[in-house]
This record gives sequence, C-alpha cells and structure tokens, in this order.
Amino acid sequence: MNFLRSDEQLELRSAVRDFLAAKSAEPEVRRLMATETGYDPAVWAQLSDQLGLPGMAIPEQYGGAGFGYTELGIVFEEMGRALLCAPYLSSVALAAEALLRCADEAARKDLLPGLAAGRTIGTLALLEQPGRWDEAAVQLRASRVQRAAEEGMGGPARGETGWVLDGSKRHVPDGHIADLIMVGARTPAGVGLFAVDGAAAGLTTTLVPTLDQTRKQAHLEFAGTPARLIGDAADGWPVIQDVLRTAAILLAAEQVGGASRAVEMAVSYAGLRVQFGRPVGSFQGIKHLCADLLTEAEAARSAAYYGLSALATGSADLPVAASLAKVYCSQAYTRIASDAIQVHGGIGFTWEHPAHLYFKRAKASESLFGTPSYHRDLLAAQLALPPAVSSVEV
Amino acid sequence: MDIEISPADQPFADEVQAWLDEHLVGEFAAHRGVGGPDDSAAWDVRARWEKELAAGRWLGLTWPEEYGGRGATLAQAIIFEYLYARAQAPYRLNVQGQDLFGPTLLMFGTAGQKARFLPRILAAEEFWGQGFSEPDAGSDLASVRTQARLVKGNGEGGGTWVLDGQKIWMTFGASADWLYVLCRTDPQSSRHHGLSMLIVPAHQPGVHIRPIRNMLGEGAFCEVFFDGARTSADLVVGQPGQGWTVAMAALGVERGTLLMPQQLGFEREAEHVLELARERPGAAGLSHRLVDCWIAVRLMRVTTLRTIGELVAGRPPGAQAATSKLYASVQHQRLLELATELLAEDATVTGDNYALAPLQRAFLLSRAETIYGGSSQIQRNIIGERILGLPREPRPA
Repeated sequence: MNFLRSDEQLELRSAVRDFLAAKSAEPEVRRLMATETGYDPAVWAQLSDQLGLPGMAIPEQYGGAGFGYTELGIVFEEMGRALLCAPYLSSVALAAEALLRCADEAARKDLLPGLAAGRTIGTLALLEQPGRWDEAAVQLRASRVQRAAEEGMGGPARGETGWVLDGSKRHVPDGHIADLIMVGARTPAGVGLFAVDGAAAGLTTTLVPTLDQTRKQAHLEFAGTPARLIGDAADGWPVIQDVLRTAAILLAAEQVGGASRAVEMAVSYAGLRVQFGRPVGSFQGIKHLCADLLTEAEAARSAAYYGLSALATGSADLPVAASLAKVYCSQAYTRIASDAIQVHGGIGFTWEHPAHLYFKRAKASESLFGTPSYHRDLLAAQLALPPAVSSVEV
Repeated sequence: MDIEISPADQPFADEVQAWLDEHLVGEFAAHRGVGGPDDSAAWDVRARWEKELAAGRWLGLTWPEEYGGRGATLAQAIIFEYLYARAQAPYRLNVQGQDLFGPTLLMFGTAGQKARFLPRILAAEEFWGQGFSEPDAGSDLASVRTQARLVKGNGEGGGTWVLDGQKIWMTFGASADWLYVLCRTDPQSSRHHGLSMLIVPAHQPGVHIRPIRNMLGEGAFCEVFFDGARTSADLVVGQPGQGWTVAMAALGVERGTLLMPQQLGFEREAEHVLELARERPGAAGLSHRLVDCWIAVRLMRVTTLRTIGELVAGRPPGAQAATSKLYASVQHQRLLELATELLAEDATVTGDNYALAPLQRAFLLSRAETIYGGSSQIQRNIIGERILGLPREPRPA
C-alpha cells in the first residue's frame, strides 16, 4: 500500500488551494452562509468550467475527467480547509456516486453528464429519523402508478406505468437547491433507488436553519411525487450503502482539511499572542496542546488516506475503512476545532473570529452519514465483537 | 495492508522470504514474536538468532559492502524489515549497534573507526550500549557531567581519554562490549558546548556496569560508573567538542523502519485482545473502546507506511514522522490498559517467581514507551518547536 501523493497530485492540490484562496476567503464564506441558497453560482460555474471539479472522478464516457478517488480526496480536503460553501459534497459524493454505483446504465448516460459538468446540482435524500442511516429506517413509500403526465428525468412517457413517492426525508444536504434528488424509498420488493426532479410536482422542500451555516439542509416532503426508478426496485440498498461509505470517506478528507487549518490557526495565534511578556505558544501548556492537535490531525489524515486507498483500489475492506475514517476524523475534527478555540481564548469565542465556523462544521459533520457511535457499532460487528450493550441487569 | 514491492525488488523479497522460511525454525520458531526494545526475554536464543542473521548477511543491509553490509537500497531494507516482522522473527538485541551507533559512525567516523567497529557489529560479535542519560541529565541531556580528560601519550592512539562519572538507563548494558559515551571534555564548558562522543571498551577495571531491576523484576537497563576508565585518544566520534551534534544525529536516525516490527507486534496484540473479548462475558461494555484501540493500531501502520513512502521516494518525511512516536506510545498503553481490564482478576495474578503472561509483560513494559527515546513531554516540545515553529521556552540565563 502506498500513500504517497504524486507530483501531479500535489500540483492539483496547489491549483485547488489557489482557486479557493481567491474564491472562498473568509468574507465570502460569511457572505454565502447568510444567503438562502448557500453558494455562489458564478464560483460554482468557475470550479466546474475552469477546474472541472464536479466531474473529477466521473469517467470520461459520462463527461467527467476520469481521475480517481485519491484526486477527489485532495479536492475535498482543500474545500474543507477553505470551508467552501457549495453543494459539492451532495452533488459529487452523493448523487454522482449513487449513479456510478447503480446498475442502471441508461440512467448513468442520462444523468451523469449534467452532474459532471456542474450544470445539475444533485443530492441524496435518505434520512427519515435522526441518527438512522440503516436500511430498516427507510420507510418513504414508493408505489407504481399509471402516469398521467410527462415527468422529468427521462422516465416513462404519458400513460405508461411509473413510480410515485410519498413520505418525508429530513436533513437532506443542499436539498433546497438540488435539481436532481436521488431518493432511497421502500418499494413492495425492498429498498429502491429513485431519481426525482428538483422541480417535480408534489415535492416540497423547506430550508432548515442550521447550526453550521456553511452547509445547508432541507426537509423534503413527497406527495405523489413522480420518480424514476434507478436499477431494480429491490436492489437499492447495497448501492446506497456503498454511496454512504464513499461519502463518509470523502467527508473524512474534508474533515482532515478543516482540522489541519484549525491547527494552523491555533499555532499561528499561539506564536503571536503575548501574555506575561512571552508568546503564549512558548508556554508548555499551550505548546503541548498544539503538539497534541497536530498528532491528532496526522492520525486523522492516516484514517482518511486509508479510506481513500480502499476506495481507489476497490478493496473489500471498504466497509471497515469507511467506518474507521468516519469515527476517527469526526472525533478528531471536533476535538481539534474545539481546542483551537481554547488556544485563542476569548477572541476564539466571538462571532467575528473564524474559529467557530470550523467548530460548527466539525460538529455538523460528526453526525452526517452516521455518528461515531453508530460507526463503532458497525465496526464492532465487522470485528465480531459483542454488541455494545450493558452486561448489568437492573 | 502490505508494503508495496516493486517488480525490480521482487527477487530480493523472495530471497528474504526463502531465507526466513529456511532459518526461522527450531528454537527460533519457538520464540516467534519474543522481545522488544527494552525486553530482554529469551536472551540466549535471541543472541544465537542474531548470529544466524549475521551469517546470512541480513544485518546492516544498507551499509557499504566493505563493512559487511550489502549496499542495499532503503526500499530493500524496508522490505526486509517488513517480511522479518511479518514472520515474527525474534526482536533483535543489538539495536544500539545496528540502528543507532552504526549509522552515526557511518556519518561521523574515521575510516579506521569504521573498519574497526562496523564489521563486528554486523557479525554480531560486539554489542553496544548507549551512554547518554545521567542521573541529573535525563530529558535535559545537555546537563551531562561525565568528564573525560585527555592524557597525552606517545602510544598508538596518541594518548588516552580518562573518564569519570555515571551514566544510567543503558539498555542491555550488562551485555555491552563497547559503549558510546557522551562526555564533557572541556571542563570549563556548559550545556551542549564542550561535549565529545567517546567510544569506550566496556570490559575494563574502570567501568562498572550494574543492572537496574525494572518493574518486571528484570535487568534490561543498567547504570554505568566510570572510575578512571580509559580509552584511546583516537576513539572520539567526530571532532572533540562536536559531541552534541553527534548525539543529536544518533537520536535523529530515521526510525520509520524501526517502528514497523513493533507495530506489527501491536497488531497481533490487538488481535489477541479482540479474541479475548469475543470469548469473555462482560466484554460488551468495552466494545467501543476495543474498536477505538483497534483503529489506533491500524492507523499506526498507515502512518508508518506514509513515512516509508516518502523516504523511498526521497522526499523529506512529513509531520506524521514526528508525531508517530507520541501517538503510538500513548495508544499502545491504552490498548494494554484495556486488555488488563478485560482480563479482570486474571491480570492481577502471576506465575511462580513473578512469571508474567505475555499481556502482563506488554502492559508493564508499555509504561516505559512514553519515557524512553524522548519522553512524551519532550516529544511535544520537539513537535511544538521544530515542526510547528512555536517559540522555545525562555531558558534561565
């Protein structure tokens, strides 16, 4: 196993970093997080047209650049550093991944080129109850009906049999701006994967105010909403499961980027802030804390690299690698962002200082795609450990 | 999760594996996984194994052939260490000679010194002990007080160094034939000035080596008293007065590959602990902590592979090379704390004569891991100052 980044990959890193330094500086992040859409369409168009970032890891036959997960990980890391406000995670790690991993070639041909070019913004609507990322929790109903009208997404024509969705999805990343919503729904045969047009009839999206204002969420209501079945009505869950694993790893790369930036901010401040006639970073109380933060950030980087490597090699280890990355990077980012506030002292607690932006992104990322506890349960099962229940009878 | 072996190095890897298959048998195979950096278990078997390795020319692979090495590439040395660790071959005894003093002598030694000492290290004929720490110079190594004065003479080496003082925490010192000793050779000097690195024969009247019983009741560490000990004037590594630079080089020898056998050992240990957890009722409440320990051990390996990748590519190692010792030592302690909690009362009893079970040994030995080789507090200073660039603590004038 080789975790070395090639010279070309390092060049990609600096190109993306330069772009984001110009387009996603702190004032811009603050401006966008206060908007309803939460992103700048002009910057999105630039990162799509100039850098080709949405299609980075999509094969060329579907309009992408055909790079791998290692490159994609670099992009996510840089976006995490810059706290980029854009629907990249939802479009790339969720919607595009769902199409790439499904067994429906026609859907791929229809829908991937738009995502690859950044013309379509996509997401995945899965969660119905807080913390429930498992198959049994998917209850939104999909039913077969006779189509009354033409639908979007290249589905069946008027008069043919089609599918409609009824129910609700919660905390859908960028669900308020998505043109294409991939949905996990309960069919008579099991869990199916569906594609829904963001403008479909019977779909209501409600933007939810979020703790982390740099990433938006929406609650979605489906009422007889026409949907296109992707693949088979019973084979959606394995696809969704792999999408969640992939997204957890790409999110881990984003978390590493944010965590590394938080360490840099803390260290820089500790070197400048003078108390008792010395920079506070010369005191071991602060210096050792900073050293621990770097140690934690480097371990988190190893966790993300391990996950990315499992993705890049198509390893059977993916379930383990994804949960490992999710557990470790989630906790590391939250701890690092929290201690970065501590190093800054009072100023770190203010709205004007960016420390809270990282802390809130860390906290919100922690539960996205499953909390650390949930992923520890998954790992315990993978390792054939007894389930984490109390052995004490009350 | 394996290291990558290039097609060009595959024949070398095959040779290593074939040799291990053929030689790691009998009493050596019976002692798979035995030993550690400060673990003297099965000393005699391990000493014989080291001779076996020497006969196969597997020691000091990257050293020049003229000193008994193979002039191997770093990538090959890593392949060897990986296959060696995977085969659970006994932990080598002469780490001081092979991995610390030898590489330092290659950097600073004279042609004569290298010709005299290096081949015997690789032949497993002479064992080495490190004389750095003193009772009053632990983490603060620059406080070294052991004195050496040069007595001029007309003999072969042009005189004699005479040493007086005391060293402590010399790993496996009781078995050392030679010591490399950081001494104050300028009596007027202070701190890191006026120090010299001397090579001192251990077997002489002026050197008294006394084992210190560690908390396992074993004598892996020693204290050493120099009472008019003598060594030839030419047995100084580098220039007189250059001792601090030489000592820092010895401590700075890249340990990316050295961590590998230890970490593969940690992985086996973690597997063993998980196995126990599957069998023991009452382990359920520990599941999440077990998962965390398992994660930590896996991350150690990834981190080591990251460093190895950079070294093989000729890039400067990243920050993770500096944080890995701190991380691994702390996490290893946590794993063994959990293991003993899992064992409950079984962890509280020993065999006769304080005979310890493997997990008990590891549990106790792991206490030293956050102290030796630069304590965790010193590691944090190094990370803070050298990697993060934070200001140094103001030193007393």
